[in-house]
Amino acid sequence: MKILVCISHVPDTTSKINFTNGDSEFDTNGVQYVINPNDEFGLTRAIWFQEQQGANVTVVNVGGPDTEPTLRKALAIGANEAIRINANPTDGLFVAKQLAEVIKTGGYDLVIAGKESLDYNGGMVPGMIAGILGSNFVNSCIDLKVDGTNATAVREIDGGKETVTTTLPLIVGGQKGLVEEKDLRIPNMRGIMTARTKALQVLEPVGADAATKAVKFEKPAPKSAVKLVSPDNLDELISLLHNEAKVI
Amino acid sequence: MSILIYAESAEGKFKKVAFELASYAKKIAESTGTTVTALTINAGDVSELGKYGVDKVLKVNNDKLANFTAKAYADAIKQAAEKEGAKIVILSSTTDSLYTAPLVAVSLNAGYASNVVALPLSTSPFQVKRNAFSNKAFNITQIDTDVKVLAIGKNSFGLVESNGAAAAEDFAPSISDADFGVKVQSVEKGSGKVTIADADVVVSGGRGLKGPENWGMIEELAAVLGAATACSKPVSDLGWRPHSEHVGQTGKPVATNLYIAIGISGAIQHIAGVNSSKVKVAINSDPEAPFFKVADYGVVGDAFQVVPALIEKLKAFKAQNS
Repeated sequence: MKILVCISHVPDTTSKINFTNGDSEFDTNGVQYVINPNDEFGLTRAIWFQEQQGANVTVVNVGGPDTEPTLRKALAIGANEAIRINANPTDGLFVAKQLAEVIKTGGYDLVIAGKESLDYNGGMVPGMIAGILGSNFVNSCIDLKVDGTNATAVREIDGGKETVTTTLPLIVGGQKGLVEEKDLRIPNMRGIMTARTKALQVLEPVGADAATKAVKFEKPAPKSAVKLVSPDNLDELISLLHNEAKVI
Repeated sequence: MSILIYAESAEGKFKKVAFELASYAKKIAESTGTTVTALTINAGDVSELGKYGVDKVLKVNNDKLANFTAKAYADAIKQAAEKEGAKIVILSSTTDSLYTAPLVAVSLNAGYASNVVALPLSTSPFQVKRNAFSNKAFNITQIDTDVKVLAIGKNSFGLVESNGAAAAEDFAPSISDADFGVKVQSVEKGSGKVTIADADVVVSGGRGLKGPENWGMIEELAAVLGAATACSKPVSDLGWRPHSEHVGQTGKPVATNLYIAIGISGAIQHIAGVNSSKVKVAINSDPEAPFFKVADYGVVGDAFQVVPALIEKLKAFKAQNS
């Protein structure tokens, strides 16, 4: 089984979010980058398929040379090889078109991409890949088993979960649940050393137009200070919630 | 040309988001001089949609669509959009709608913006404000394609009634076997419990509650308020509560009217995930807990005393006000 894991290179979840250039660009100054958490759950599940079922795992990212450390980290965690598509990921559709091309050329059986990235939160790339390729698609996937060309997946639904069956080739929008937090791997020294010698192929993008563009960013308005209520006067809290906030 | 909404229903009854979408679409329709069409799939009585501004309903009744299937639903939405010549197609942010929306966008060659939190800032060029960076910022996105697909963020637009009546019409999109490459085998759904996705109020507990045995009071407080229960990431990692209750940046996002954080210090990732909630209350014994910086109301006190007292007072309040 050939697996492709799509990796987004995103600011660490503790990053302070600021903008520059007239609020038109994300300020990368002092920001640490990580593998998008939803992608890392998918990558770890892919490594499980590699170890248990002999799958070959390729990781791919659309981005400039500055995103290579994130791909190297994925290699250190255990991916067999990496591909970087040398382009600025302008919007979800552009990224999906690039990835669809890699999937067509590489003949992957299973593609796992995080259901959304923690920077733009578009939540569209896996679905758009499936739309472009006409492949089977399971989003918000929290469990995945593959037997030959048959797959059984569990997806999260509002208020519960749903079990589905489908066949490869399959696109999966992954999240926590594909593996648990405790299953995530921190690269060890051996992994980091081997990662240096693994193939990282750089491909030029195919011609594709973006459908949307991010014009501007805004930070939420500063909040007024919290109103503290004494624990001995909870009637006041109820009154504030009822009369002022009007939420109960 | 009209605006198409997908009015979601469950067991034949419309979800609240269906009316929110209708209200949202009506506002755009009024400012651009067009009408609102709603697509319904296996819904019962559709007349209620008119109350929120829908002019026309395309009613699909098809047993094949009894279970939500992303591709088949996307196909139905696409055909409805083409039939109506819709330039704007609007979906909600339920798990199902977010699943199907990118498929709809690709099939209509449309640009797609999710997490939209307000009416379009302008319709030419078409620009919308959306949540990004896990609620730490807003992003103004411009959609340049002829057809636009939007997913409206949870609870970001209220209900607006208008005195319309919707004309209903049966609609039979052609659904092919190729739409069922993913087959639903079974659905597990907690019954009778309010889900985080649907709740107007969420009561959430953190490590300050010391152990899973102390969740009784959280559930009781939730029951009094008709709320869903949730928890912080450490609590779900420790296995005190199921993962499905984990809210925050890597868990479920919460955008509710009232979010009550009990014994949750407020890690930046937790706050990012719940910050879109309209009113936030913190109950914590540590006055320095970061959650107090983002809360609207706070009680500095021991949760084991405050919560039971609050439950009693709320019961009395509810008894008086019902």
